[in-house]
Amino acid sequence: MMITPRRLGTVLLPLFAAQALAAEPARNPRLDDQTQLPKAPARALGQNHFQPPAEADIPNNAYGDLVRRGQDLFMNTKALAPEYVGNEMNCVNCHIDRGRKADSAPLWAAYTMYPAYRKKNNKVNTFVERMQGCFQFSMNGKAPAPDSEVLTALTAYAYWMSSGVPIGKAMPGRGFDEPPLPRGGYDIARGKVVYDRQCALCHGVEGEGKKVGATSVFPPLWGKDSYNWGAGMHRINTAAGFIQHNMPLGRGKTLSDQEAWDVAAYVNAHERPQDPRLVNGDIDETRKRYHAEDGVNLYGVVVDGRKLGQGVK
Amino acid sequence: MPSTILRPLALGLSSSLLMLVQAAVAADGEAIIQKGGASPAAMPCMSCHGADGRGMAAGGFPRLAGLPEAYLAKQLADFRAGRRESPLMQPIAQALSEAEAAAVARSYAALPKVNVKTGAPERPREGSGAWLALRGAWERNIPECTLCHGPSGVGVGDAFPPLAGQSAEYIEAQLRAWRGTPAQPGGRKTKPVAAVPPTRRNDPNGLMQHIAADLTEAEIKAVAAYFAGLGDTTEPFDASQHRLR
Ligand code: HEC
Ligand code: HEC
Ligand code: HEC
Ligand code: HEC
Repeated sequence: MMITPRRLGTVLLPLFAAQALAAEPARNPRLDDQTQLPKAPARALGQNHFQPPAEADIPNNAYGDLVRRGQDLFMNTKALAPEYVGNEMNCVNCHIDRGRKADSAPLWAAYTMYPAYRKKNNKVNTFVERMQGCFQFSMNGKAPAPDSEVLTALTAYAYWMSSGVPIGKAMPGRGFDEPPLPRGGYDIARGKVVYDRQCALCHGVEGEGKKVGATSVFPPLWGKDSYNWGAGMHRINTAAGFIQHNMPLGRGKTLSDQEAWDVAAYVNAHERPQDPRLVNGDIDETRKRYHAEDGVNLYGVVVDGRKLGQGVK
Repeated sequence: MPSTILRPLALGLSSSLLMLVQAAVAADGEAIIQKGGASPAAMPCMSCHGADGRGMAAGGFPRLAGLPEAYLAKQLADFRAGRRESPLMQPIAQALSEAEAAAVARSYAALPKVNVKTGAPERPREGSGAWLALRGAWERNIPECTLCHGPSGVGVGDAFPPLAGQSAEYIEAQLRAWRGTPAQPGGRKTKPVAAVPPTRRNDPNGLMQHIAADLTEAEIKAVAAYFAGLGDTTEPFDASQHRLR
């Protein structure tokens, strides 16, 4: 599915840092898993979302210590696992409330859905591989080894949070509950208006985010310190779902479907680090192979006379 | 004091230059803090905000030392415009000229910022003030306070003021000012009480108001006590250090 945006050319995009990323060989042959999650089932009328166990219920033993370590890593990924993080992001930036919030890809709705079989390529992906994908794309970093301390602790945290969720049962609240594409499509110029009014205060006029000392407080939305072109959030539909439920911070569900799509398109029409799967240094080939059928996205699309997907370092 | 040094010097200068010097003296932030502005209604700031600008808890006078310049200037403009009501501060803000307001904001911003020692992640207890500060109440759309007010509440950028370094009295008063109080219907023996509308209506895009409105009285007290208890370390702010959530 590829929807051509209306009036793409009307927006004045900031000048992108022009240097293109040199072709980088794929670091890991399994680097292909930030694909769209299936749509979560709707919640029955009057039914609450699953309530994960309380933090106070983490036991005080070696298992509890591992779970707490997982939570610390989830919230302070850059500070505690810098060797695996190539940008200024933390897992919790997109998985709100320590990975507990429904409609923000919560861990409790994820853990029991793996290993996941995908018919399209006849592959099975494990939970650990899915997290490795978030390290490589969302964190623009390097995946820790499956048996590393970092992934072991994160897995323990997700396992603990899923106590009581039936294995293999898709839960309401999984993923980002994306709004449907508005009938008239989306508009990047209108998205800039929403952005300047409602987002720039925190994320910065240039999407650069804000830090206190070394710590990123408002995460960057584009540029070298944000998620890369291979991340799930680079899909406009996925970002629209995240934004509509969670942004502006504390005022989720105040943007219309149209505003969420427009501002998601504006955010994702900016340069960010290259897709690590870049095929032969060629954006068009990479688009064909990985982006053409990946929801709605602007990788390899010409916006305002510039082909997106150059990457920034 | 610059004024006492400058006056004899200025005697020998031409009158136009003298006027320039006087204008510069009038908009000297330091002087306004200690002696007040040109208008007598613009009382010396330090009489309420403290000699060192760190406020006075008992009077509910906030710390101004080290707050972001743009934030301080905005508050003075908000008092003047009535978006923030205060019987004490509004007449003072109205008595300051634009140049004086800008100068005094600059002077206070240049004083030492509040700093809180960094450490391992805290393990707050659910229902405590620390819990609201570090975990929030997302089921009510209340993010953890530190997500906007910075790790340990030290503030972020120009728009998000520090909560560390402020007294519990002041924090509580501001949360109530944003919340107002709903009307109480009269009972058999009680008179109806009229609603008090919020007296602070100056938060950008309503980011703060809905949070204050959704907090219970007990939560307001607990979270204010948490931030007031963080203290202010004398250690210099180390910008290379991570502050953990
Ligand atoms: C830039 C935002 C972002 C960051 C940062 C991020 N993720 Fe994700 N994560 C996503 C998106 C987008 C998806 C896919 C959701 C979809 O397709 O609807 C996802 C999916 C997941 C899933 C699978 C969810 C499911 O229901 O199957 C897990 C597990 C996960 N992420 C863990 C992590 C971990 C661990 C980290 C930190 C190392 C992290 N994520 C960092 C955006 C992010
Ligand atoms: C009050 C500050 C604030 C405002 C306003 C705000 N955000 Fe955010 N945003 C945050 C914070 C903080 C996070 C990370 C949440 C966390 O770590 O718990 C975030 C996370 C995000 C993320 C996921 C992480 C990333 O860097 O990609 C996106 C996308 C995002 N915001 C988009 C928006 C958009 C679009 C708007 C305007 C409609 C907006 N935000 C308004 C503070 C804000
Ligand atoms: C008579 C006591 C008094 C004097 C003198 C005074 N203030 Fe205040 N100031 C207050 C009080 C009380 C508040 C809190 C008002 C409220 O409840 O909103 C306050 C609040 C402020 C704030 C808002 C701080 C924040 O964190 O939002 C600023 C800025 C300020 N004063 C500046 C000044 C300046 C500049 C002067 C000197 C020209 C001054 N004040 C003199 C009593 C005083
Ligand atoms: C979504 C962002 C956000 C969150 C979360 C948030 N605040 Fe605020 N807060 C603000 C902004 C913005 C201001 C400054 C408003 C202005 O410009 O006057 C503010 C101001 C304040 C002030 C006044 C400070 C002063 O110097 O006058 C207090 C007190 C306060 N917040 C308390 C809290 C508490 C307690 C929490 C957690 C329960 C909290 N805030 C959570 C955005 C936030």
